Amino acid sequence: MEVEWPGRWNHLKKILERNGPFAHPDFEPSSENLSFVKDVCKILVIGAGGLGCELLKDLAYMGFRDIHVIDMDTIDVSNLNRQFLFRAKDVGKAKAEVASAFINARVPGCKVTPHFAKIQDFDESFYRGFHIVVCGLDSIIARRWINGMLISLLQYENGELDQSSLIPMVDGGTEGFKGNARVILPGVSACVECTLGFYPPQVNFPLCTIAHTPRLPEHCIEFVRILLWPKEEPFGAGKPIDGDDPQHIKWILQKSQERANEYNISGVNYRLTQGVVKRIMPAVASTNAVISAACATEVFKLATSCYVPLNNYMNFNDTSGVYTYTFQAEKLDDCLVCSLKPQTLTFTETDKLQDIISHLQESPSYQMKSPGITTCVDGKNKTLYMQTVKSIEVKTRDNLKKTLKELGLTTGQEVYVADVTTPVSLTFRLQLGSSMDNS
Amino acid sequence: MATQTSEQKSAGLDKNNKYDRQLRLWGDHGQSSLETAKVCLVNATATGTEILKNLILPGIGSFTIVDSQKVVGEDVGNNFFLTVDSVGKSRAQVATELLSELNEDVSGDFLEENVDDLLEKNPAFFTSFTTVIATHLPERTLLNLSKVLWEKNVPLLVCRCYGVIGYLRVVVREHTIIESHPDNSHEDLRLDRPFQGLKEYCDSLDLESMNKKDHSHTPWLVLIYKYLQFWQQENGERLPNNYKEKNALKELIKQGVRKNAEGVPEEEENFDEAIKNVNSSLHKTSVPSEVKALFSDPACLDLNIESKNFWVLMRALKEFTENEGNGQLPVRGVIPDMTADSERYIQLQSVYREQAAADATAVAEHVHALLHSIGRDEPLHPDKNRKPGTITDDEVKTFCRNSAFLTVVRCRSLEEEYCPETANLEELSRHVVEEEEEGSTEGDETVLYIMLRAADRFFSEYNHYPGAYDNTMEADIPRLKSCMNKLLHDWGFSSTIKDDYVQEMCRFGASELHTVSAFMGGVAAQEVIKILTGQFVPINNTFIYNAQKQNSTTLKL
Ligand SMILES: [Zn+2]
Repeated sequence: MEVEWPGRWNHLKKILERNGPFAHPDFEPSSENLSFVKDVCKILVIGAGGLGCELLKDLAYMGFRDIHVIDMDTIDVSNLNRQFLFRAKDVGKAKAEVASAFINARVPGCKVTPHFAKIQDFDESFYRGFHIVVCGLDSIIARRWINGMLISLLQYENGELDQSSLIPMVDGGTEGFKGNARVILPGVSACVECTLGFYPPQVNFPLCTIAHTPRLPEHCIEFVRILLWPKEEPFGAGKPIDGDDPQHIKWILQKSQERANEYNISGVNYRLTQGVVKRIMPAVASTNAVISAACATEVFKLATSCYVPLNNYMNFNDTSGVYTYTFQAEKLDDCLVCSLKPQTLTFTETDKLQDIISHLQESPSYQMKSPGITTCVDGKNKTLYMQTVKSIEVKTRDNLKKTLKELGLTTGQEVYVADVTTPVSLTFRLQLGSSMDNS
Repeated sequence: MATQTSEQKSAGLDKNNKYDRQLRLWGDHGQSSLETAKVCLVNATATGTEILKNLILPGIGSFTIVDSQKVVGEDVGNNFFLTVDSVGKSRAQVATELLSELNEDVSGDFLEENVDDLLEKNPAFFTSFTTVIATHLPERTLLNLSKVLWEKNVPLLVCRCYGVIGYLRVVVREHTIIESHPDNSHEDLRLDRPFQGLKEYCDSLDLESMNKKDHSHTPWLVLIYKYLQFWQQENGERLPNNYKEKNALKELIKQGVRKNAEGVPEEEENFDEAIKNVNSSLHKTSVPSEVKALFSDPACLDLNIESKNFWVLMRALKEFTENEGNGQLPVRGVIPDMTADSERYIQLQSVYREQAAADATAVAEHVHALLHSIGRDEPLHPDKNRKPGTITDDEVKTFCRNSAFLTVVRCRSLEEEYCPETANLEELSRHVVEEEEEGSTEGDETVLYIMLRAADRFFSEYNHYPGAYDNTMEADIPRLKSCMNKLLHDWGFSSTIKDDYVQEMCRFGASELHTVSAFMGGVAAQEVIKILTGQFVPINNTFIYNAQKQNSTTLKL
């Protein structure tokens, strides 16, 4: 296959080899700009789904040829309305692998390297190898994790950030006809954690509504999913719900309909049932195309300095007309992850360890999932609580009910918190007041 | 129905599964509109194929590409749907083949012909499509094509990408939208003018005599109804209309919370919800001004046998509002979720639903009478094979449920925009002048539109785009500036545009960057989907995207 042919780069060369009054102040028009994109710049794409497929295509046509892509998912039929690198024959195969093979076959000279894996399977040395990271994810946890990883790679000398340790992160997200694209310069501009408020936590129906006063068809479906399934175990003991198994959905549908009939609630159907069980977000090809394109444009700007990159957030919505809004999200002075400032946890001696755990989960600025806490006593690490490892959970479970005083914790003590939202432990300093000024 | 769905599922690739994520947005009826649509693309440029890709994936019926050009190396450099071994072949053919691979349910066709020739020989070719998309057409051809389509009321979308600029123009004479799916809208609760059923239901509940559980599970809607009555005993039959009065009502509601033996108020979530909802739920019910304007639209007033169903329905709605509706639209029949026991929530929901059904029946009667009066007879029992011209009760219901959000988009023609006498100078000058007065270098995207028009003028004069070749760059800058000034002069503008824009425009040299094409490919495809489904509101009429700043603007030109 020919890799170079007359005219191939004509479109890009005009932007990269000519100067213009709106170019980045540091921009130097030269053929080296394109060489850098083609031969040096190494890009990591996270996610090979709706955004990821688009990103791979967009980056390949903007001249990038050394691209890696990570995705742990396999292809489902419902992906085919937008994930255009996949065909019906690919259902069940690894997204990263099929997407890479497609791009490599279509775009001469482009080499996409697939990783059918989780982002957590890779360490610092892997991530350090990239010039720019682009995310097309639907998971906030994964976004936070990557954000934390890129911030942990930053190196400071005498308090000054070493610019060569900075790997920009371009992040896109979509839901239905809405989307956003943002550029994060770790340690310099607002990071994912600085703007955690942009990602409101999932709101669940109160359990008592589901159990006792259902009013909506969704309440009936949640009743079956949360309460009836574990009780009846319709497909065998301990068998969890598989939202892709039509038999499972059919059973939930039937039971939900029975419950809905009992309460005269209308509107339970197959689509809604599957939507509630799998927490499906609507998605269309067009929004993914728009957001990925905006992200890839920003990667191109970052790699070539042809224009000043987005500073730093764009919202998009085309439900009614077509609307974009760009603004500068603010970097928080006391951001948990990027501020370099130690965080303080203020409690009282009589508060229990469980209170700290709950606080880390429920506080809007932390929103952790299953925090584990360790500390250092007499130079030795001591695990106070750890949920994720079964054997340790059993051993440390009793600590939850103990007061901080009983655990020997005092003001100034450092505790280290691990969670799925962060690749590295976060350090907090305890501030224990008297029981009157409880946080 | 449910079993059918799951059986289909086991068969593998059924449409319910494949299109699941989008069916949740535009429904089965929106999807079937897409699946019967015939879309024509003029010119398989990167922008053109990106638009088609985003239409083929969600499953339009068919597409046809008209393009007389042969693939050249430059095309393969930015277009995903061309390959290097196809250089020299028909661009229409190669793109059609590669695009067809995206979705086996969509049929693709192509015509390797020149648009000018086609317009001359067989203009009816273009009017046989549901929608036509044109990319990168020279001005004269574009205006000819647009004229043919305008006459037959076939929607046209014009899209182009030029450097970091994206341009989209929607040209549709009249587009009516029943389901506009507004992002946020007032609930239609009628607390200011409760209908009979609502009154009866609320009056049948007595808060005083309720047990503790029922008291704390009485829907907030009922609470506001009742405490508003108390408030009105003091203040007359009206709504609290300022901060102070609303607070007084909130205070009344607060006093209604049950107290325990020690006189401490119990926790009653429904009362909290009632207080929270005072502001948003107690507004005057009225016909939105947009809908009022449609009532006096000539298309609504002068019905004839050719009238679109939309306008017959609109007229029926007007007549309902003036008669049975006592000045109001039909009740929507939807209430939000709220703390309540199942039984009373469902009862309250039924009260609203029943009124909505009764209102829809009244509207349907007007529809029948109107259809009869214009000679389009409506069968009394709508059969499944509904004849064209009739309107089903389901259509009436959908129309009534969306009656507060009905929208009509009427774009100006390209001819009007391009003729200096009819150009919307007000819209253009507002931005040009602003730019000059503020003396800022960061101009509005409107300037980019003017620059695109200047580049077209340049093209018709020099037969290449400014900056297309490195060796004419120097000469092109003053030439483009003079084209721009002539354009401004034609519009009668005395102001001008900064030289920076002229220079940047020459830097672009009509390059088509893939990511700009991909962005516009998404935007334009979604506008086509809006037009094909009759859902959501398309732009009126020009969208300009600036990838340099990730900004955009919409202009009515
Ligand atoms: Zn931060």
